[in-house]
Amino acid sequence: MIAELGHYALVLALALALIQSWSPVVGARKRDVALMKLADSTALAQFAFVALAFAALTYCYVASDFSVANVYENSHTQMPLIYKFTSVWGNHEGSMLLWVLILAIFGALVALFGGNLPAPLKANVLAVQSWIASAFYLFILLTSNPFRRLAEVPVEGRDLNPILQDFGLAVHPPMLYLGYVGFSIAFSFAVAALIEGRIDAAWARWVRPWTLLAWMCLTLGIAMGSYWAYYELGWGGFWFWDPVENASLMPWLAGTALLHSAVVMEKRNSLKVWTILLAILTFSLSLIGTFLVRSGVLTSVHTFSNDPARGLFILLILMVFIGGSLALFAWRAPLLKQGGLFAPISRESALVFNNLFLATACATVFVGTLYPLVLELLTGDKISVGAPFFNLTFGPLFVPLLIAVPFGPLLAWKRGDLYGVAQRLLAACAVAMVGLAAVFAFEGAQSVLAPFGIGLALFVMAGAVTDIAERIDLRSMSIEIIGRRAAGLPRSAWGTAVAHFALGVTLMGLVSASTWGSERIIALKPAQTVTISGYDLSFDGMVNRDGPNYRETAAHFTVRKSGSVIGIMEPSKRVFPSRDGMSTSEAALLTRGVSQLYLSLGDNNADGSIAVRLYHKPLVLLIWLGALVMALGGALSLSDRRLRIGAPKPATRIVAQPAE
Amino acid sequence: MTRKQRRLILIGSSLGVLAFAVALVLSSLRDSIVFFNSPTDIADHKAAPGKRVRLGGMVKMGSLERGDNLQIRFEVTDGNKDIPVSYHGIVPDLFREGQGVIAEGHVEPGGTFTADTVLAKHDENYMPREVVDTLKKQGHWQETSAPNAAPVKAAAK
Repeated sequence: MIAELGHYALVLALALALIQSWSPVVGARKRDVALMKLADSTALAQFAFVALAFAALTYCYVASDFSVANVYENSHTQMPLIYKFTSVWGNHEGSMLLWVLILAIFGALVALFGGNLPAPLKANVLAVQSWIASAFYLFILLTSNPFRRLAEVPVEGRDLNPILQDFGLAVHPPMLYLGYVGFSIAFSFAVAALIEGRIDAAWARWVRPWTLLAWMCLTLGIAMGSYWAYYELGWGGFWFWDPVENASLMPWLAGTALLHSAVVMEKRNSLKVWTILLAILTFSLSLIGTFLVRSGVLTSVHTFSNDPARGLFILLILMVFIGGSLALFAWRAPLLKQGGLFAPISRESALVFNNLFLATACATVFVGTLYPLVLELLTGDKISVGAPFFNLTFGPLFVPLLIAVPFGPLLAWKRGDLYGVAQRLLAACAVAMVGLAAVFAFEGAQSVLAPFGIGLALFVMAGAVTDIAERIDLRSMSIEIIGRRAAGLPRSAWGTAVAHFALGVTLMGLVSASTWGSERIIALKPAQTVTISGYDLSFDGMVNRDGPNYRETAAHFTVRKSGSVIGIMEPSKRVFPSRDGMSTSEAALLTRGVSQLYLSLGDNNADGSIAVRLYHKPLVLLIWLGALVMALGGALSLSDRRLRIGAPKPATRIVAQPAE
Repeated sequence: MTRKQRRLILIGSSLGVLAFAVALVLSSLRDSIVFFNSPTDIADHKAAPGKRVRLGGMVKMGSLERGDNLQIRFEVTDGNKDIPVSYHGIVPDLFREGQGVIAEGHVEPGGTFTADTVLAKHDENYMPREVVDTLKKQGHWQETSAPNAAPVKAAAK
């Protein structure tokens, strides 16, 4: 009964979305307030019905209702409760339901908090949201119904893929989807602006908080996915340049560019056409990401099932939305009036520089990810484009960008003084040089690039500190002035500095973990000891344990440093009888400061020894801490009064040329 | 400076960065792509010795030998030809005889394949798509096994 209720709620949501697809547009055309207002109610009702559908599926999972095919295929009575919740989206159908739930949440948020938007703009935004929603409801109902019943009810479920039975599943997909789908708001705003044929600085002010929110979630989602892969897949890597990872990186790069270009538009009323294009491209890349992952054209951890009808359907959605919005852009963008002028050396130009490099880096990732697909389609040759390609193209493009990061916030709007800014960055430069020299002195020239990487990371971090120091007038040496200035500094300025600082932190982690990490692969017998980077790990023996839905064999290791015990590590292998004895390796991690020891198990050998893989990863946690702090910077910026979602209207509105 | 000049500077520098990126992409594509080969391809000497390639197929039943010091040997088959593979390190959890596998490495002059990376599937039901295609081509594919794959990586240096 509950499953049918959920199915029915989803159909009702589709009906509402179809109404919302046209009524606000007509209302906006005819200036009919009632028709425009209708969109608010339908958006809220849509959210209510999708939430009901989602709750129904969750209920089926928690109650282990195996008459629902989706539950039977992905759940098990013995599975811990948290995984019964998370496995709702640990499969294709459920994850699409999560996708539309988040879309509906965002639609409802616009309806609730968009009170300060001009009525026609709000109506059009909600209509565009509904176009997207209708397409995905149809996709779910026609090709991926999560509520499908089985004729014969099985006694036990087939269990969730053991690799997904992890806390990571509770965080990674919802965060990632909040990011992907959050960009749909920027997209809807862009399309609505194109429909109206007008756009102004206030538009950017409305779009920015949504973009910021989506960007924060995507940052956290990617970081969580990376950390999950790091500890779950058992070989210590944190980024594989896997097509599916690239699918999430591309919207992040475009979204980061959008965040920066929207600043120019808001402050200087410039770069309008480009910002609109970026908003469209960012969400298009999110859709492409969904397509790559869900259609089964790529093979990865994320591929749940492969049904050509689904791939075709998503491809169709992709073509309609990307093609349609780009065509609309080509048609209407020339109507948008050009904005303020700026000199080649200015804050605007610095942000253009940022956009140029981010967009180019995004394009190279795009080429590297899709080239194998296109080549196979054209010639039938099967190739793979791996990490070397991305390191060789992405790296050189990111270096100038990172060098420019400290300059941007210090340059003045309109016309800047590069020489003056360089002088103010002397201290940051000195910090970077000292760091570079120190790394050279201690580590020698085993890797030439690494000291420069550390130097660059320090430069970015010190540059962010310089930015704040300049703004609060640290040189005045007067606590009163500093305190007053710090309190008066807009939160968005703090947000910028914190996020830029975090970028340096992440870079430092990446450089350190990939350059100075050590690795040992060795077969050990009980009572033997292995040494890595000054740590001695002695293998004490094997322990057998029973988990809720698996059997576990763990190896007990005692870790010593200079003779004293500092910890215990128990990497294990889990066997899941419900999945025909599929096994997973659970790596053991020992955190020392921000560095980690990483230990995972291989096979048992005939002579009683066990294969282990051991890594020392110096400063590795900085990679994800940096991402966390980056998102924190976004949150700070979001809490800025000026950008708050319900912020009052700006005092002066610059009205651009009306439609046609 | 006029609007036109400023725009020219903007467009000029954008084209510069794009040209740089295109040069980077082209040069690294030439060096860092890896072709996928079936055992038949390798047996027909389609891959030059020493060149980095991927080999995909099934791990032949009864071919797996574990040596000392994490050295392993197995044969990859597509039902037509078998290629001996040697690998040093730890194989993924789901690496088994009779299952799909992708090995990345190079062909030795003697015809043996030395792998430095072994990818196996991620789930007991799935098989790498490339392997499915290879098996279909040789007519050894049975529809009972589910298509599609999710490779897990195992790397050794």
